Amino acid sequence: MKTKHIQNLGFLCLFLCMAATLFFLGLIIYFITSRGMRVISWEFLTQVPRMSMTQGGVAPAIVGTLYLVLGAILFALPLGLACAIYLCEYSPKGFVVNIIRISINNLAGVPSVVFGLFGLAVFVKFFHFGVSILSGSLTLGILVLPLIISSAQEALIAVPQSIREASFSLGATRWGTIKNIVLPNALPGILTGVILSIGRVAGETAPILFTAAAFYIRGYPKSVFSEVMALPYHIYALMTEGTHRDEQTAIAYGCSLILLFLVLFVSGLAIYIRQKQRSQHV
Amino acid sequence: MQEKPCRVLYNHPGKTMKEKIIRWVFTVLAFASLVFLLGIVIVLFKEGLPIFKIVSPLNFLFGKSWYPTYSPAEFGILPLILSSFLVTLGALIVCMPLGVGSALYLNELAGNRQKAILKPVIELLASIPSVVYGFFGVVVVTPYLQKTFNLPVGMCALNASLILGIMATPTVCSIAEDALNYVPHSFREASFAVGANRWQTLTQVVIPAAGSGISTAIILGMSRAIGETMTVLMVAGGSSAMPRSFFDPVRPMTAAIAAEMGEAPMGSDHYHALFAIALILFIITFIFNVVAEIISRRFRIKLGLSG
Repeated sequence: MKTKHIQNLGFLCLFLCMAATLFFLGLIIYFITSRGMRVISWEFLTQVPRMSMTQGGVAPAIVGTLYLVLGAILFALPLGLACAIYLCEYSPKGFVVNIIRISINNLAGVPSVVFGLFGLAVFVKFFHFGVSILSGSLTLGILVLPLIISSAQEALIAVPQSIREASFSLGATRWGTIKNIVLPNALPGILTGVILSIGRVAGETAPILFTAAAFYIRGYPKSVFSEVMALPYHIYALMTEGTHRDEQTAIAYGCSLILLFLVLFVSGLAIYIRQKQRSQHV
Repeated sequence: MQEKPCRVLYNHPGKTMKEKIIRWVFTVLAFASLVFLLGIVIVLFKEGLPIFKIVSPLNFLFGKSWYPTYSPAEFGILPLILSSFLVTLGALIVCMPLGVGSALYLNELAGNRQKAILKPVIELLASIPSVVYGFFGVVVVTPYLQKTFNLPVGMCALNASLILGIMATPTVCSIAEDALNYVPHSFREASFAVGANRWQTLTQVVIPAAGSGISTAIILGMSRAIGETMTVLMVAGGSSAMPRSFFDPVRPMTAAIAAEMGEAPMGSDHYHALFAIALILFIITFIFNVVAEIISRRFRIKLGLSG
């Protein structure tokens, strides 16, 4: 009888752990959503900030985030895809593959602020890109590269070997097979990785602190060499700079809600697609 | 990570010029991650090492005062390192029971239907941006802590620990659940066969079998917590004095870099000192990741999975 009690108690603890986890995370989402809804309006989404950040909207920050995401993906996708193709379709020797694999794993573990310093030293200073969309996009691109590579690899591995062999036996070259057979089949998986990366890049703040972000610029960015407002940085800046505490907090709630919605929507989409694919393959 | 070698027939025809060029292009591009990783290491060393002309490495690591803008400036990062570890330890106390407990719940108690919903939800929650956690910490947790514990400032190590812990929980849960999934069914069945109940099986068979997988999850959670920037920058308080308790405002390494880099003039001692901190941080997370990798490889071998 006693062991039965212990078991029930133990299971209760596990249930409470799960409940607490969901409770805390739900609490965060609830607070941001309920307070954020109060300030979100059409004006908030489409206007530029006015009256030293106390009125108007945050459209430039939304647009800026989109630019940074676009730039990062444009940089990381070709590179990451090429790397995944090499590892899965060419990869001649175990040694080389191991070195590349180890560096991908370690790159994935580097703290985001270190990427920021790298971007500062290399893109902003060494290449003289300045604090700009270009520097920020490249920095974010490097940060997200491991994620793109690993999801592209997963997608390529899922393409059945027999299809490749069928293509070879018809006399297709390796590149012909990759281009016409493997990539079209792996496309949904690769896209999932891209969508996941978009969610990741959109929320990153530390890498753009010194490479791209500005608290306020007049209007919209004009070229890839201009500084840019970005949603995650804007939240941080609203809480730490400026003088109108209450108004700024309200706007920060709005920005957090937009960012949270954007990231959860994008990641949710990716997770949903992946879940569906996996259940198809099994 | 499951890895099946997916290389195809090596000696396949198609050794035309075009094929060779394409192959070369892919080979070169594949080294991008290695180049960037090396690039990061080189930049950190190149920009970080000059500080050791001003202070000796020992005084840098174990100096107790961090006054980079005073004159004469003092570059001792012990308070920053201790702050990082204090906050990480606090986060661990939060995320270990929550993350591992949730993983055990998912694996042992949740039905298939519940699991099919909870697993992706947890994964989704892992993607919430850190600046949103930080913002929540500032506007909700800070005033709450200040009132509850009657503190002079609500932004302190405890606040950062709580937020970081909750933030790392989904990550720990996901990885730990994967580890539990790898434990073969035969282990459980053998345990049931000798008369153990579910709880005994869980604590004495399943958890030990998945132990190193669970430790990997915890180490990766720690690695995430110690490298996390925005939350600690916003809620840890920012004082660079030696931390004495969880109620002190602290300044972890990442927060110091993020807060001060904007003001440090390019090429100054302060600038180099911040790069040196980043170097130390890089080494610490690198060690964490390597240890996690080694443990998880052993774990796979132990359970007879492909390394």
